[in-house]
Amino acid sequence: MNRQAQAAVLFLVGGAMLHAGTTDLYLRYVKAGLRPLLLAAGAVLIVAALATVWYELRRARAARMRRDDVHDHARHEPGDEGHDHAPYEPGDDGHGHAHREPRISWLLVLPLFALILVAPPALGSYSALRSGTALQPPLAYPALPSGDPVRLGLVDYAGRAAYGHGRSLGSRKVEITGFVALDGAGTPYLVRMALNCCAADAQPVKVGLSGKLPPVLQPDSWLDVTGTYTGKRTKDPVNGGIVPFLDVIRAKPVPTPSDPYDESWNS
Amino acid sequence: MTIVKTPPAPADRGHEEETPQGQGWQFNSSLGLTLLLLLLVVGQGPIRRALAAPVMQSWMTVFLAVVVQALPFLVLGVLLSAALAVFVPPSFFARALPKRAALAVPVAGVAGAVLPGCECASVPVAGALVRRGVTPAAALAFLLSAPAINPIVLTATAVAFPRDPEMVLARFAASLLVACTMGWLWQRLGRTDWLRQPARASYEGQGKGAAFWGSVRHDVMHAGGFLVVGAMAAATLKAVAPASWLRTAADNPVVAILALSILAVLLSICSEADAFVAASLSQFSLTARLAFLVVGPMIDLKLFAMQAGTFGRSFALRFAPATFALAILGSLLVGAVLL
Repeated sequence: MNRQAQAAVLFLVGGAMLHAGTTDLYLRYVKAGLRPLLLAAGAVLIVAALATVWYELRRARAARMRRDDVHDHARHEPGDEGHDHAPYEPGDDGHGHAHREPRISWLLVLPLFALILVAPPALGSYSALRSGTALQPPLAYPALPSGDPVRLGLVDYAGRAAYGHGRSLGSRKVEITGFVALDGAGTPYLVRMALNCCAADAQPVKVGLSGKLPPVLQPDSWLDVTGTYTGKRTKDPVNGGIVPFLDVIRAKPVPTPSDPYDESWNS
Repeated sequence: MTIVKTPPAPADRGHEEETPQGQGWQFNSSLGLTLLLLLLVVGQGPIRRALAAPVMQSWMTVFLAVVVQALPFLVLGVLLSAALAVFVPPSFFARALPKRAALAVPVAGVAGAVLPGCECASVPVAGALVRRGVTPAAALAFLLSAPAINPIVLTATAVAFPRDPEMVLARFAASLLVACTMGWLWQRLGRTDWLRQPARASYEGQGKGAAFWGSVRHDVMHAGGFLVVGAMAAATLKAVAPASWLRTAADNPVVAILALSILAVLLSICSEADAFVAASLSQFSLTARLAFLVVGPMIDLKLFAMQAGTFGRSFALRFAPATFALAILGSLLVGAVLL
């Protein structure tokens, strides 16, 4: 890859990072806290691309001037970087066109395309059913906030239901949001992927749904579910973790939230 | 040689064409990149449809997540490494580190605590240290310890294991122990010809600015490419390998430690987040989870690819298995004492 192409790739990767960081796109892949770092990295990459172009132009100008002075001597400069062992390659005319950077640099265009052209959605039911529920015993059960129904995080509800046996919930109506996943037997789950750093470490927290369910449940569709605590529970087939249930009163479809992951473990 | 300037391309790059001497038309990479971009934009529809299968979607999400998460830290490491290469004279390291390599190793290992970030940052920095004349044994100790013992990672560990605070101490001790042992081992057994001196001419004779940005460009392109390889491998495993086999592995204590160590290598999780994953692997013993936390930041697929890129393949092929084995031993030892 020569320097012009490198500058272009750097610029595009930097631009893609800025694009992802300025929109909500980055939230599909990494935690919200990484945003300033993403923006800074994008800016640095763009500056690096511009600097490459600038020094390249200057070098070309210098080489041209030297050639005007001395006819043949400017053909091959020692100390020109990037030769990668080969002392002289045909086509390398001494001002930096045929630099053989390793071919592996080309792979950088892959994440670029994936991000710009495809922009895959956040992890959904496919990943959720392949890994076990990551529900951990909560440290404490603070009193429920006011409201009827009470708006709770899915992970919060699951923790209170599974490990607090619903004592902190009583018979209050709660409202939780998550996406639908159907296991092999057709049991519906409401799932939220909990994330610590990036989607590679995202793990599902699952809540089983019982009671008044909509007739058709589409996997990966997002639902706002209102219901009450039920003692029913099951074991996650993958890791044996506790999957509590929610007795559904009402379920309404909602658009995917801007941050599809549960980041409550980060704070 | 004439330089023909065409109007700048949309990507705001100065585009120059070369006229190769006596070789006819030559395929150059700028042209290749333009063609590739065009092809992908034209073929968008079919490509999207092909990628719509859930396994592909989840593969791509994890792949992008690893790359997007690691890039800022890679950029940070690359900037530091360029600054080391350009603005810090080699004599500084000669003064800062003890003369005897055996002493320089632990000093460099502890110095790893000051590089806040995850493992992607430490590879280019260690490469720069070697180029600046730091003894490789010390640079390697730094490479291994930095991602595991810096304050951010230790804080994350404390948050992830609220009921087992000794985990933080165990992680710190085991990581530092393994890093220093690897440094000393390299000093005893390592041969310089395994270590490819990063193929790069010196930046002498250029301005500092040109040298700095030249180093940044080179490192991002180079290490970035290897990062992509590692991310692809990690995404493949996450998307394809079933998680249920872990359950069977947890029952036998020896198998459990091995299984989690291998899992750490395969998953290639950022060292700032791995503690949370370890915490959720609650069916495993604390020692097995300690092995997960010690092995992961030192050697994983992504790191292996990046180390091979920076120090050469013959180095990485020897260094990685040795690190893996020592990391397991170190965690066993520390786990037996502290946990």
